[in-house]
Amino acid sequence: MKSSGALKVTAQSDREIVMTRVFDAPRNLVFDAYTKPELLKRWLGVFGDRTMPICEVDLRVGGKYRWVWRGADGKEMGVRGVYREVVRPERLVNTEKFDEAWYPGESLITATFVEQGGKTTLTVTMRYESKEARDAVIKSPMESGVAKSYDNLAELLASGEIQRGART
Amino acid sequence: MQPSGYGRTIPDRLDATFAALADPTRRAILARLATGEASVMELAAPFDMTQPAVSKHLKVLERAGLISRGRDAQRRPRRLEPKPLAEATGWLEAYRRLWEGNFGRLDAVLAELKAAKKPGRSKR
Repeated sequence: MKSSGALKVTAQSDREIVMTRVFDAPRNLVFDAYTKPELLKRWLGVFGDRTMPICEVDLRVGGKYRWVWRGADGKEMGVRGVYREVVRPERLVNTEKFDEAWYPGESLITATFVEQGGKTTLTVTMRYESKEARDAVIKSPMESGVAKSYDNLAELLASGEIQRGART
Repeated sequence: MQPSGYGRTIPDRLDATFAALADPTRRAILARLATGEASVMELAAPFDMTQPAVSKHLKVLERAGLISRGRDAQRRPRRLEPKPLAEATGWLEAYRRLWEGNFGRLDAVLAELKAAKKPGRSKR
């Protein structure tokens, strides 16, 4: 089901993943939702029984953030980092390191918020320390094997920047 | 969790796949091949490119295992090899779904913030 915009995810260079998504809201609101704890707790990583009991944000250059999610089974997952650039409401750069290192090293996350006609394009670039780290991240949500659908593939290829590709 | 059966060859293959996919012309070539095999000449037709230039892209795709050559000796048609691509897009697709969930919830939060800001609803 598509809502206000399709999410585009690409593996750019060998150390980066880039996500682009359009939101039907001005960028000051998107920036708020992206940086204010009471709003973050409502959307980021909270699905099923998972909540975000700890969400601390010190939104200034050099300021730290600390987020912890907790599942129904009591299992916790935490991440922390430092804000490197804070340009409200257009740009945010922060480091990211998970407590349980499921990818090696630390990553650098750059989010840009571009508003046009009341809609905001959010572009998030995640830069990892190595291509191994990037690959680990891409593989992380995979638990049930490789997607094999050929149709799905053609659709993926025909979407996004590919203008000339024929759809099947 | 590592999908079974592919062993440790996946990260290397994945890397070659992503490198090959980094170019828009190559993605367009793959999209064309997703609809059926095609000769170099047929592949070059929609692009403002010479056949040698297209051949260069085809070589990169071939090295990444994304395409292969058909049996017809005359036309040497290229065809899509879906497996490595499915591996790469499969991973990306799962990652995309994870974030789609996040951003779907963010949509709902934003709709609420927008509604709260509307003058008609404001108490001020």
